[in-house]
Parts: sequence; structure tokens; C-alpha cells
Amino acid sequence: MKFTPQQAAKVAALARLRLPEEKLERIASQIGDILNYMEALEACDTAGVEPLYSPVEHPTPLRADVAEKTFQRSDILSGAPETDGTYFIVPKIVAG
Amino acid sequence: MAEYEAVIGLEVHAQLLTESKIFCSCSTRFGNDPNENVCPVCSGMPGVLPVLNERAVEYAAKMGMAIDCALNPVSVFARKNYFYPDLPKGYQISQFELPIAEHGKVDILVDGVAKTIGVTRIHMEEDAGKNIHSATDNASYVDLNRACVPLIEIVSEPDMRSADEAVAYLKELRSILVYLGICDGNMEEGSFRCDANVSIRPKGQEEFGTRAEIKNVNSFRNVHKAIEYEIQRQKDCLEDGEAIVQETRLYNPDKNVTASMRGKEEAHDYRYFPDPDLVPLKLDPAKLEQWKAQLPELPRVRRQRFENDFGLSANDAATITAERDLADYFEAACAAYAQPKKIANWIMSELLREMGEAKLAAAQLKLAPSDLAKLVKLVDEGVISGKIGKQIFPDLFAQGGDPEALVKAKGLVQISDSSALEEAIDAVLAASPAEVEAYKGGKTKLMGFFVGQVMKATKGQANPGLLNQLLAKKLS
Repeated sequence: MKFTPQQAAKVAALARLRLPEEKLERIASQIGDILNYMEALEACDTAGVEPLYSPVEHPTPLRADVAEKTFQRSDILSGAPETDGTYFIVPKIVAG
Repeated sequence: MAEYEAVIGLEVHAQLLTESKIFCSCSTRFGNDPNENVCPVCSGMPGVLPVLNERAVEYAAKMGMAIDCALNPVSVFARKNYFYPDLPKGYQISQFELPIAEHGKVDILVDGVAKTIGVTRIHMEEDAGKNIHSATDNASYVDLNRACVPLIEIVSEPDMRSADEAVAYLKELRSILVYLGICDGNMEEGSFRCDANVSIRPKGQEEFGTRAEIKNVNSFRNVHKAIEYEIQRQKDCLEDGEAIVQETRLYNPDKNVTASMRGKEEAHDYRYFPDPDLVPLKLDPAKLEQWKAQLPELPRVRRQRFENDFGLSANDAATITAERDLADYFEAACAAYAQPKKIANWIMSELLREMGEAKLAAAQLKLAPSDLAKLVKLVDEGVISGKIGKQIFPDLFAQGGDPEALVKAKGLVQISDSSALEEAIDAVLAASPAEVEAYKGGKTKLMGFFVGQVMKATKGQANPGLLNQLLAKKLS
């Protein structure tokens, strides 16, 4: 399977990764190798096999619907690069 | 000129009325100070794990049952990946391949014509936070109180053909959610919101035209206007030989236009994959039975019952059952005085008008249903006239209390004593000899004049039936 430098650039852009032009070729070919390796799975006949979404078998753990305040706002905001003590402040994003 | 028809599908987001968020125990309360309802889970700190709220599952499943969906015994949470400051994890936990419910339907009635709208799916997901864009400094402010609040998204089939049908579907959906007690249905606060997919095609054509997605419609009125505008815009495009572009458009209610949100196209590649932090959701059949047994009477059934059992018109039944608490109010009033049609008339005219002006819901009213019933009874029994009833209604509505006490306190009890009324009639007739002469000469229309004069003299308190009877006797 061929993974093109254009595809690599697109995936990087979606993931907000800065990928220098000169590295695109190399990264694309490495990802292509990985995909080729995984392609071995295509040889398995999965007709009639239920898809496995998780290897965990136990029933879904659920939480009772009880509201509880576990953290103070000051703690939550303490790691923010910028805050006024009330909000997280980020570079202006233009809506729409 | 070709004749076109519109094809409309709606995506509705309903906020579930849980106490705590979908994946953590922070409060969902609206209006708390910014970032007060936030913990490491809903702020996306590294290493935290989501734990699903059982009530959110219950509510989503109940909505599925209420609109005849098939519930998937196993459903899967998936990550929808995109970057925006109100989404701290860099992905939204949603459902993609296997949602909790699929293949439902909602019946609507538009201008007396019944139609069934298909529901493709209902999936559970978390809401995002809120951004406030500063006008003065070069910054945006992020509040994560709403992040991780439970939502269900209800996706319809593209079955609607007009703005009227779309609004009827939305109203029915909202009504069902409110009846179930799983969403407050508040469009202004955003707990019930919708995006509309609109396209047009020449009548008779099978395949769909290119669609535009309309966002930001936060009232039934705006949904209607935005869809009408968009249909016309697309017609104009086609007539001018332009192609419709698949895009997201934002509705501007002030200008009543939709405008393209450019540059968002690339962001539509969400790279969904199953969330490894959450095991698949398995619905417990015993729980499903239990929830099914808890489903209340739904709006459509109640509407039918009001028509059949109470003899209400389709229109009155639809209006009164649209809100669950108004329907409850009506039934409580009927239990106090078994004259459903008369009570419905008072609700449809006086009560709804006052409620609209005061912006109150039926459950918040000071006027108890039993006291409304009493008022209707006072009019029926002739203690006061209908006119006086309407006159005192605003006071009753504002203060509540026993209408009989108010009528007495204001001295408004109708004069139903014939001797007292006769006195007033005699005085009027004595003062208008010319009219009496004319009446006797055949101008019977003057009856209205006499009634009016006596009413004036008695300040509207004369019993109209008795007055007419006495007048006729005296003038014959």
C-alpha cells in the first residue's frame, strides 16, 4: 500500500503537527511500511465474526448520577498558560 | 421554470436532565460561575478516565423507546477528533458506528395531514465548553462548565419537505423529551438545539440535490425562517445556473439570511475510532424492561385521549398537550369541575395569553387549576357574567386565590334577583320613551340598546339571560 507525501501532509495538518517539507517523503514511506505490515490481517477470513471493540469482557461500569464538587476552580486553572482566575484565556479564535 | 421540492433532515441535540456530567461527577447546573463545575476529567487532564453516568444511559434508552427505535444491545463510544479551545481533550466522546438506538419514527400532523418522519439514529455524546470572544483584547475566554454535559443527538431521515413539516417534527420531538422528563426543552439556553440539512431537487427526481447544513437556529420561528430562506436561496442559485456548494451555513436572525462559514470544510475529517477508555455499553435487558414500564403517556396518545374523552377539538388538544405541565393543569381543573370544553376555552384564550405575557409555565402559576375551575363554575352558574370573569382574570392570574372571594370583595356578583333588575329596567325605559315607542312600532333591533343601557346602569352586573327575559316581557 502506497502512502503518499500528500496524505502524510494532510494527516499532519489534521493533527496540528508541524512537519517540514523535506521530511514528508521519509515519513510517508515509513507509514506506508507500517500499513503494509498490518495488511497481513486482511488475509484473515472475518466473515461471521463479531467485531471486537474491546478485549474487556466485563459489563459496562456505570456511575450513579450524583453531583459532587471534587476540585476547586483555582486548582483547575492553576495549570493554564493564561487565566484571569475565572476563565482559561487563549489566543483569539474567530467564530464562524 | 422547473418546480422544485425541498428535502430536509434535522439533527437535534438535546441536553439530558442529569445531576452530574456524562463521564464525571461535576454538576451540570446552568448559570454557575465559569469553570466552577470542572474537574480533571472534563478539563481533559492527562491520565484521567471517563466513567459513564447510568442515568444518561437510561434517558437515552427511554427516548429510543418513546420514538420506536431499535435499541442496540451493545453500543460503542468513539472519539471524534478535532481541535477547538472549548474541547479540552482534542476529541469529543460520541458514538459513531454503533449508536445506542436506531430506526425510529415520529408522527406529525401538518394542516390536518398526518405524516411519519423516520429517525435514523440516536447517539450519546458529551457537550463542548463555551468560548467567549473578547471584543477589546486579542483573546478568547473558555468556560468548561458545559464540557462533558450529556447530550443525545437525534438524527432524522431526510423525510421533511417543507419548513412547516420541519417545525412540526421539532415540536413533537421536544414535547416527547419534556414528557419523558429527560430534557427541559429550553431552546434559548441551548438545551434543545438543531441543525438543518436542506437541499432542493426538481419535483419527481429521485436523487437528492447538494445539501447545505444550517446552524445556529435557536427558536422554532428561526428554524422556519432559516429553512424558507435557504430553500429560496438554492432555487435562486439554480435558476441563475450556479451550482449549490456543500457547506455549513450560519443563520443570522437579525438579517434573516444564511451565510457560508468558509474554511470549515477540512475540519470535517474527524477520524473517528472506538474510544479505548470506555468499554462497549451493554444494555441490561432487565433494566430495559424496568425503563419501559416507567414511560409516561406520550403527547400523541394524550392528545388523542383529550379529543376522545374530553371532546376537545384537534387544535385545542394539540395546544394543551404540547407542554406536559399544561396538560396536567387542564386535567386537574377538569377533575375539580367536569366541564372540559369550557375549561379548555378559558385556557386557550385567557390563561395562555396571560402565561405568554408573564413568560410563565403552567407549573409556575399562582392560579391553582381548582381555582380556574371555580371561576368557570361561577360563570356557568350565573353568579358572574362571562364578561366580568374575563375582567377579573388578570388579577386572579397575578395573585391566585379563590375567585369567589375576589368577586365578593369587588362587589361583582351578578344581579340575578328579578325585582332588583326590574327596577333598573323600569328606570331605563322611563328615560327613553322615544326608543320604547320605536321598538313597539317594529324596530326590534333596539333591544340591544335597552340591554346596553341596563348593563351600563348596573355596571355590567346584570344577569344577561334574566335581563333579556324581563325586557322582552316589559316591552311586549
